[in-house]
Amino acid sequence: MKEKDFAVRVHDLSVAYDMKPVLWDIDLSIPRGKLVAIVGPNGAGKTTLIKVMLGLMKPVSGAVDFGEPMTKKLRKQIAYVPQSGSVDWDFPTTVLDVVMMGRYGHLGWFTRPGKAEKKLALDMLEKVGMQAFASRQISQLSGGQQQRIFLARALIQQADIYFMDEPFKGVDAQTERSLVALLKDLKEQGKTVVVVHHDLQTVEDYFDWVTLINLHVMANGPVKEVFHEENLARTYGGRGLLLKGAQ
Amino acid sequence: MEKLFAIFTDYTFQTVALGSALLGLISGVLGSFAVLRRQSLLGDGVSHAALPGVVMAFLLTGIKNTEILLLGALLTGLLATFFIMGIVRHSRIKFDSALALVMSVFFGLGLVLLTYSQKLPNANQAGLNRFIYGQASTLLQRDIVLMGVCGFVLLLFVVLFWKEFKLFSFDPEFAASLGFSTGKLNVLPSFLIVLAIIIGLQTVGVVLMSAMLIAPAVAARQWSHRLWLMVCLAAIFGALSGVIGTLLSSSYAGLPTGPVIVVCVTLIAALSLLVAPRRGILHRIYLRRKTRAYIESEGGGVS
Repeated sequence: MKEKDFAVRVHDLSVAYDMKPVLWDIDLSIPRGKLVAIVGPNGAGKTTLIKVMLGLMKPVSGAVDFGEPMTKKLRKQIAYVPQSGSVDWDFPTTVLDVVMMGRYGHLGWFTRPGKAEKKLALDMLEKVGMQAFASRQISQLSGGQQQRIFLARALIQQADIYFMDEPFKGVDAQTERSLVALLKDLKEQGKTVVVVHHDLQTVEDYFDWVTLINLHVMANGPVKEVFHEENLARTYGGRGLLLKGAQ
Repeated sequence: MEKLFAIFTDYTFQTVALGSALLGLISGVLGSFAVLRRQSLLGDGVSHAALPGVVMAFLLTGIKNTEILLLGALLTGLLATFFIMGIVRHSRIKFDSALALVMSVFFGLGLVLLTYSQKLPNANQAGLNRFIYGQASTLLQRDIVLMGVCGFVLLLFVVLFWKEFKLFSFDPEFAASLGFSTGKLNVLPSFLIVLAIIIGLQTVGVVLMSAMLIAPAVAARQWSHRLWLMVCLAAIFGALSGVIGTLLSSSYAGLPTGPVIVVCVTLIAALSLLVAPRRGILHRIYLRRKTRAYIESEGGGVS
């Protein structure tokens, strides 16, 4: 049997809320070791797609395939960066504690995080440039800082596949560049990084694979091959040219 | 002073005070999780829903043991939780509406059954209505033992599942992505909260019980920025209110224990909202004034 060349595949996937389809008959394969952007207009089903891949939502039909059954071992190889707006940042805890939560899956039930987890968390905070904030109460963070904490919490999982839902939201340009460098490092180590991304201007700079979706898969392939005006126009209903800017 | 000493050495006072302190401690700890999970009102729904359980347990068995009655309360309390969660999951009705609906239906049923039972020719049903507003003075030593055992089990669970409860209260979706069973982690804390409520019914009653759950947690949040500290403080505030409330109601004739305890814990919460450092209202007003003065001294703001 040859080594699988994909990180994750979905077959005939459909998702609907109350009869209203959000994803329709999706078939796609995401290759291993690539930086992948999932791009599409608002309400196109981008977040839904990664949530289904993560097993957080049940599709109406179809299946997600990681090339092996979803076991505890495989779970540990999958990391997730949710949108930072999805939690209550007034929760009474510290930055370091939130980052350590990324190790809870490895620790399993009952075991508490210890020195090793703490050291690892500090290392990850350093990677995202937040080491000075380790003992800070999380309610004092800005939106961009919250994103970086969530990124650190995913990095500490030391996974093979990373799913990130708009990780650059509210992050300033300089920080965004350093975070992208971080993602490129992950790719160099052979990891797969799947990012829901909004800024069409930066797709070509940041990513090497792109999935264009709007209810259906509009395109799925290397950025150089499929990220062109015709596909964008189809995805965005004619507004693609405008959105991509002068090129 | 002598009077105070006499109260403290009084056996009934000791029993009631111990029971109220236990209740405050337990509801403080579990209330913290209810508040952080934004399920404060669930306690209100569950406690109201316990009333038909109490009356039905009596009607079916004819026994008025606290254990039997509270078992009935536990069953309808859990049933109500199950309904509320089910409605939220399977329909488009939001949590608050589902809660209000289930709570009023169960409480209404409870009142109907209570009125019916009081018309029965058997005199044994007298005293069931103490569960509406609670009657701490009816606490017996065996009730305290029951509370103690249940409380110990509840706290043990909280300690064992501390990491999971913390993660799940903060970010349930991330917890699910790590492979923790959302089913278990959703049901377990809710079940523990229901149990904590049932324990308190005899003391403060179905109407006021939710205050015991929420007020200590809200007060504790004001003074702490760590989960463990918040939970400890909530336990202390709850227990303290229990003892002070019992003391006040034993010192002055005509003061009902349960409601006085609730007033105490509410006062602690109100005071905390007002004066706590950083999060308190007064401190925030002070900070705003100071900032404005600073901006003006630097030549900014209004001329």
